Amino acid sequence: MAKKVALLQGNDACAQGALYAGCNFFGGYPITPSTEVAEVLSIELPKRGGKFIQMEDEIAAMASIIGASLTGQKVLTATSGPGVSLKQELIGYACIAEVPCVIINVMRGGPSTGMPTGPGQSDVQQAKWGTHGDHPVIALVPASVQEIFSETVRAFNLAEKYRMPVQVLYDEIVGHMRERIEFPEPGELEVINRTEPTVSPEDYKPFDPSFGDVPPLAAFGSEYRFHVTGLNKAADGFPTTKANLVDDEQRRQIRKVDGAQPEIELNEEYLTEDAEVIIFAYGSTSRSARYAVNEMRKEGIKVGLFRPITLWPFPEKRIAELGKQAKAIVVAELNLGQMNLEVERVTKGSCEVPFLGRVDGEPINPGQIIDQVKEVK
Amino acid sequence: MAYDYEKHIRPGKLPHIWCPGCGHGIIMKGMIRAFEACGLEKNNTAIISGIGCASRMTGYMDYNTLHTAHGRAAAFATGVKMAKPEMDVIVVGGDGDGTAIGGNHFIHACRRNIDMTYVIMNNSIYGMTGGQFSPCTPTGALASTTVYGNPDPTFDIAKLAIGAGATFVARGTAFHAAQIEKLVAEGIRHKGLAVIEILDDCPTTYGRRNKFRSVIDMMKRLKEIAVPVAAAAKMTPEQLEGKVLTGVLHKEERPEYTEQYAQVISRAKGA
Repeated sequence: MAKKVALLQGNDACAQGALYAGCNFFGGYPITPSTEVAEVLSIELPKRGGKFIQMEDEIAAMASIIGASLTGQKVLTATSGPGVSLKQELIGYACIAEVPCVIINVMRGGPSTGMPTGPGQSDVQQAKWGTHGDHPVIALVPASVQEIFSETVRAFNLAEKYRMPVQVLYDEIVGHMRERIEFPEPGELEVINRTEPTVSPEDYKPFDPSFGDVPPLAAFGSEYRFHVTGLNKAADGFPTTKANLVDDEQRRQIRKVDGAQPEIELNEEYLTEDAEVIIFAYGSTSRSARYAVNEMRKEGIKVGLFRPITLWPFPEKRIAELGKQAKAIVVAELNLGQMNLEVERVTKGSCEVPFLGRVDGEPINPGQIIDQVKEVK
Repeated sequence: MAYDYEKHIRPGKLPHIWCPGCGHGIIMKGMIRAFEACGLEKNNTAIISGIGCASRMTGYMDYNTLHTAHGRAAAFATGVKMAKPEMDVIVVGGDGDGTAIGGNHFIHACRRNIDMTYVIMNNSIYGMTGGQFSPCTPTGALASTTVYGNPDPTFDIAKLAIGAGATFVARGTAFHAAQIEKLVAEGIRHKGLAVIEILDDCPTTYGRRNKFRSVIDMMKRLKEIAVPVAAAAKMTPEQLEGKVLTGVLHKEERPEYTEQYAQVISRAKGA
């Protein structure tokens, strides 16, 4: 049977991916260039009995999805840099309280209001470090309309599986680009729901480590009653300042992602096998990089592309290996130097890490990347 | 026979953190009696709070409880209620939490008229952080950040709630313990956003600094300034000087938010 295909905008594909994943609650606040995600879901969710609410501000939107998730819903919000800055407070809350939720960041220029209609990739370190305190982070960076769909589905799966917020970051170019998309059939992509408790309500502890690093999560309104707080807490969910209990909880939360990195990590490598120079690029920049690789290969230059699809946790092991293989890893991104710091950190001086950045609201074009690669001695 | 509060309290979670003389415990007990009067089911009820002394109540109550971030309780609660309209949702917090950092969420919860009961304990100060002035600290009063007297005008929480569209607004005091139960119960039974402000000046960080000689003096003051709305109707403006109206201050019928959204769902499905 022929697949259902469409010419679709990236933000629309995000909304469709969310629906495919079983999203039934969206809380948002209007912001360019992400608003289409909200607009599509305001139409589609109520048709399915789901809920859409436009809240009074970005923080409230984040609060509403955490509240809804605690009642067992699969929840989403979508925003851009200024909104993500505001949401940081409650992204931290979702981390410590271990509440599954998906946050879409359609990246524009910054800081502050910046360039609302221009693309940026300058929120990628914010995704890792934006909220205070130590906490696990998962962030995905799709580069095409098709991939926005599938990565939104994967974001829900990871959020539900690891009981935590998952961020999907794509720049305005990918968000507003229209491309052909093939819709997966129901069942074609895996859809994961959170693990619910099976113990008796009297024995339920919302952060019980005896069930592994990701304890089952009950829903408000079910037969389980429990307490949720943003304070450091013990396994039973109640606040504690006992050093060993606080330490256990914090380390378990970090471990749940660190220990699962092979499962969470997703990269694409293009002609890296014999590459002497590797371009590290993600999102729209990786599309220019692929074009640049093809052009330079025609000239016989041994160059390849490493494209992270999971940006956080960072693909440390593979980048370290590539750093030993290649003379240089050229990092190209729409900021003034963010992921190059991570590449430098993990390659430990084994190769050069030339940087190509751009923040003028224009995309990095293949010619710029070719020039940068050709400068490598 | 003594009233049995224990069955609403989580075993092992008391004693509470509140200071001797604090009214929050009186308010919690009034709320418990109201819950029982309204027949709230523990599994079907969520109590949601922000940050501050009053907001610590959620840790003690044997319900679904959500102790959120400073000021955000109403927004979290809106998500819970919107997702599961069949649940009873109670919001608790203090004056700083609800009307300063949470002011935006407070007024928009009122505007939506979403069916929740918001009990706001007005102790006239930021207590937990040691007595800084809040939007409800009287002008001229002393706080740790207004040692020369508070220059700020004061919010009237009830007027704020009415202006923002809350359809049930009431005020009581920690002195009038029996009335707390009555007002909270009426708020729970009301369809829409109910705001119940309970005055209970903080003895530790407000009272001491503002020359109240004892908690008993502070309680006596609550008794003296409170005037039931019916009685106030017969009083002159001069007689009402320095008084505070108590009882049900405002009640109206207006479409409730989750019911309105249920209609959105039927229109979307019909389209």
